[in-house]
Amino acid sequence: MELLSDQGLRVDGRRAHELRNVECRLGVFGRADGSAYLEQGNTRVLATVYGPHEARAAQRRHDVASINCQYRQAVFSGWERGRRAGGGGDRRAQELGALLQNTLESVVLVELYPRSQIDVYVQVLQADGGTYATCVNAATLALIDAGVALRDYVCACSASVLRDQPLVDLNSLETSGAPELTAALLPRSGRLPLLEMSQRFHVDKLGELLDVAETACRDVHTILNRAVRRHVSARSSEK
Amino acid sequence: MLQNPSWEDHRTDGRRRRDYRPMELETGLVTHAAGSARLRLATTDVLVGVKAEVGEPLPERPRAGRLQFSVDCSANASPEFEGRGGEALAGSIASCLTRAYASPSALDLRPLSIVPARQCWILYVDILILECGGNLYDAVSCAVKAALFNARVPELDVSSADSGRVDVELSDDPFKLLRLDVENAPCLVTLLLVDSECIVDPTQEEEACSKASLVTAVTAGGLVTAVTKAGRGSFHPTTVASALEMAAELGAVLNRTLTEQLQVEEQIEDRQIRGFLG
Repeated sequence: MELLSDQGLRVDGRRAHELRNVECRLGVFGRADGSAYLEQGNTRVLATVYGPHEARAAQRRHDVASINCQYRQAVFSGWERGRRAGGGGDRRAQELGALLQNTLESVVLVELYPRSQIDVYVQVLQADGGTYATCVNAATLALIDAGVALRDYVCACSASVLRDQPLVDLNSLETSGAPELTAALLPRSGRLPLLEMSQRFHVDKLGELLDVAETACRDVHTILNRAVRRHVSARSSEK
Repeated sequence: MLQNPSWEDHRTDGRRRRDYRPMELETGLVTHAAGSARLRLATTDVLVGVKAEVGEPLPERPRAGRLQFSVDCSANASPEFEGRGGEALAGSIASCLTRAYASPSALDLRPLSIVPARQCWILYVDILILECGGNLYDAVSCAVKAALFNARVPELDVSSADSGRVDVELSDDPFKLLRLDVENAPCLVTLLLVDSECIVDPTQEEEACSKASLVTAVTAGGLVTAVTKAGRGSFHPTTVASALEMAAELGAVLNRTLTEQLQVEEQIEDRQIRGFLG
């Protein structure tokens, strides 16, 4: 099966620079302070935010808020059933939780909430590639829904190179065995709070790939921004 | 109001003792799973996925498949469930469901057998609790029943070769699927004890006001397959008897209504799955 046909079409009919279909909804759960559901193609993620609230003693910092993140994948989220339901989570989940914390710390105005804690929980319901990027985007939406002060949106996307052609927003078929880059962008400043790469890339290709990923992240930003504005105007016209 | 003896069958949200809150149900949301269902009971939100894998049957039941429950209390529902915080609750819900389905009259697992004593389908029922608004047991059991109703398992062609070897082949037809008969699958009915009266479908606030509850697994025919007492308080024996009667009645109605709605949902042509997008 060809991942990229001679006409430049991918397995799901997209072109190399096209994102998958993005659908999202803010305020999914009433009990959490902020929540969001995001779908990028068949990857589906739920993010909830609790806080800012009083920090646990171990996490309390006198001058800034501490951000606590947890990344979990549902047992039925992958093609094959995952091994453990909940519990401690595996090492990759812990690593992604810590990575999410670092990414969000660059954008949340933590100086405004000293001695408090902001919990961000991300649950992957269905994983079909680009999972971590979708989680970052969902977490941003949930933070906006919770009313936490942010410096900027964090928009993430995955990218790769196939036969010298850069691809963006990979699905699970394109991810298996191929080199994968996940990058997040702060659209207003153009800075990258997150960059993760796996497998082998030729260093000459890296510049081009980062440019392509940056454009894709800006496309994601357009979609998320539109969704947030729609949500806010719907809420304000209700009351 | 809850602790006032003259409250006359009115609860804080206007319901009577025997009234359930409105439920929203949708099946087939998780495309990677053999079956799935999402149930919203006011502010309680549960997502169940059923995956089928081939494995070995239990030695004491060689001609039947297996059913395995696991519950994950997501941190989305409450910060208390972060890390391993939700394990105790998850464990008790899973074991309650295991006992409810242990009875042979609950769910016939014989159609899931592939090669007796050697291979069978194992259905992994994975429950994800996304929001806790009270009455978790009932919501989870209804979602499980809906997911099992929705589940489709590939049919296998089993043929025995002359040498005694058995060949198992997956049919080429992707629509040749096995469905489970969930007619007798039980639903859990939680009855909360408040001042020697029992109320059904408690909210989280009502649960905080009471010390004991009775969780009963009831089939559509009104048969009770499992009973558990939860909480720190105690029941008087006469209260238990009347509670079981009430649970059996309510359970039969709950099962019937659930099955009717699942059948109505199945009849909808070109159903658009809305999922969390609302």
